[in-house]
Amino acid sequence: MTDETPKDQPVPAPEPKPAGDAPKPASPPAPAKPAAAPAPKPPAPADASGHPVVAALAAAVPGAVQKATSFVGEVTVEVDPAKLVEACRYLKSEQKFDYLVDLTAVDWKDRQPRFDVVYWLHSFPKKSERIRLKAKVADGAPCPTVTGIWLTANWMEREVFDLFGIPFDGHPDLRRILTWDGFNGHPFRKDFPLEGIDTGAAIYPDRFPEGGGPSPNDSNRKVVS
Amino acid sequence: MSETPKPVSPGTAAVVVEGGQPPLLGLQEMELNFGPQHPSTHGVLRIVIRVDGEKIVSARPDIGYLHRGTEKLFESETYPMVIPHTDRMDYVAAATNNHAYCLVVEKLLGIELPKRAQYIRVLLDELQRLSSHLLWLGSCAMDLGAITPFFYVFREREAILDIFEDYCGARLTLNCMRIGGLPADLPAGWTQKVHDFIEPFVDRVNEYEDLLTENRIFRDRMIGIGVLPVDRCIEWGVTGPALRGAGMAWDIRRAIPYECYPEIEFDIPVGRNADTYDRYLVRMAEMRQSRRIIQQCLAWLEKNPGTEFRGKVPRVIKPPAGEAYAAVEAPKGELGFYLVSNGGNKPYRLRVRPPSFINLQALPEMVTGHLVSDLVAVIGTIDIVLGEVDR
Repeated sequence: MTDETPKDQPVPAPEPKPAGDAPKPASPPAPAKPAAAPAPKPPAPADASGHPVVAALAAAVPGAVQKATSFVGEVTVEVDPAKLVEACRYLKSEQKFDYLVDLTAVDWKDRQPRFDVVYWLHSFPKKSERIRLKAKVADGAPCPTVTGIWLTANWMEREVFDLFGIPFDGHPDLRRILTWDGFNGHPFRKDFPLEGIDTGAAIYPDRFPEGGGPSPNDSNRKVVS
Repeated sequence: MSETPKPVSPGTAAVVVEGGQPPLLGLQEMELNFGPQHPSTHGVLRIVIRVDGEKIVSARPDIGYLHRGTEKLFESETYPMVIPHTDRMDYVAAATNNHAYCLVVEKLLGIELPKRAQYIRVLLDELQRLSSHLLWLGSCAMDLGAITPFFYVFREREAILDIFEDYCGARLTLNCMRIGGLPADLPAGWTQKVHDFIEPFVDRVNEYEDLLTENRIFRDRMIGIGVLPVDRCIEWGVTGPALRGAGMAWDIRRAIPYECYPEIEFDIPVGRNADTYDRYLVRMAEMRQSRRIIQQCLAWLEKNPGTEFRGKVPRVIKPPAGEAYAAVEAPKGELGFYLVSNGGNKPYRLRVRPPSFINLQALPEMVTGHLVSDLVAVIGTIDIVLGEVDR
């Protein structure tokens, strides 16, 4: 049970008296009050495999769901990258997640599959329900594209490719978008140097020769007309 | 060089032909640069368009001229230090940027705001929406040849910026919110200033509408241009006035409510034809609704005087390890922040979901088949800010 509030303390002081009539102390609405008192409590993650959408996804696309957690009211599903497209297609057509809000990546430098590619889906028919998908991708390994499912993924995937260097398999137009063609390296990687000159050349010398511009046999070389 | 005629480079209309007569113009498509230095691109946006005569065959936006790596920059700043950087993204609507960022950190920390802080935040947001829409109206009308509204809207925008200056000292990059609350309580007499501005504001909106809504030139330039129906909007992830102009009454302030919006009465204006004219009408109606919201906020603040403008915020802000996403209805659409924390005092990753970036992506579909001058109208009504597109 929770602690007594200071306001309640003076009441139980004459203890022997109310011991006789039991019904009186039996109904104190004490737990309601302390709820407001404590400082903000950080939320804790919980398992969400029982969530209806997650359960339906696990049943419809076997092997897709690796883990599901719920945190601050948001459901996150870790999805096997090999089953990602199938899972997304199911979520869009059957579960009506028709709007891809956001697609981004997180670099966990020292973890083994290095990157998280994060999808944040929204459903208009289901009263703005949202769900997050996460696929773990190793450095250099391609991630399947979802541009065939949501058109809006096009530029988002280009941005992730540009800034993190994750290639998207099957993307119709995978070019850099925010940095220029021939930029050295992928600036949002955690190991991208923040100071110095021509930084990318120092870490990716084979791909980007010093002085800028893609090397002659680089597929990036075909530039904007 | 091959023998077929080829444009020399984008942006040049001349045609290079080796050892022969130049072909008749109009028989072939031409590639043109629209921008990056063009007054109606509202910043440094380059659009490579292929034109057949004056008709656009394809358009390809080329962005990144203003890329500053803001999201990378966030990772080396402590949580409170991030706020001024958010101002610089959508620099004509700094308050909503601050708001979205503060919301996501508060979500991870589990901070509850006092009612007074919520009402002040909403009040600032709506003033910001007015100033952003006013700037949009002026520049969009000017792109279409109507110079006068530009001066009119700057008169009102100036008044809003003065109100902001009285509150936080800044006019553009406001930095007017803090994690768990606000930097300061309202100064004495501030609400009266807002009153003085907002009461006659409806006449101002009527004035703009008198100039434009029934203006035949304006209508001819807007109606039926840049149509993007609801299903295509959703497919492209287009939000904000463009989605509502297509007829879908979806607004984050109602769909995924935050702060005190559930207690406030306002309507969501929607369009019908999904064209540039309906987007214009939606924004005009939104200004009237913002005025309604501001009036309700003022009434609440005057009825409930108090001093509490901050929640219970820890001295050092260290959100627990985990991730969260929070969004607000910015003047341009859904503005979201996705925060990944590793338990430290700096964000491990902070991603911005910029409405301008995603709305701009649908531009080629909206302009294909239209004339070059219609491109100006369409860019005008999707209301992009390049600071947010490129971040």
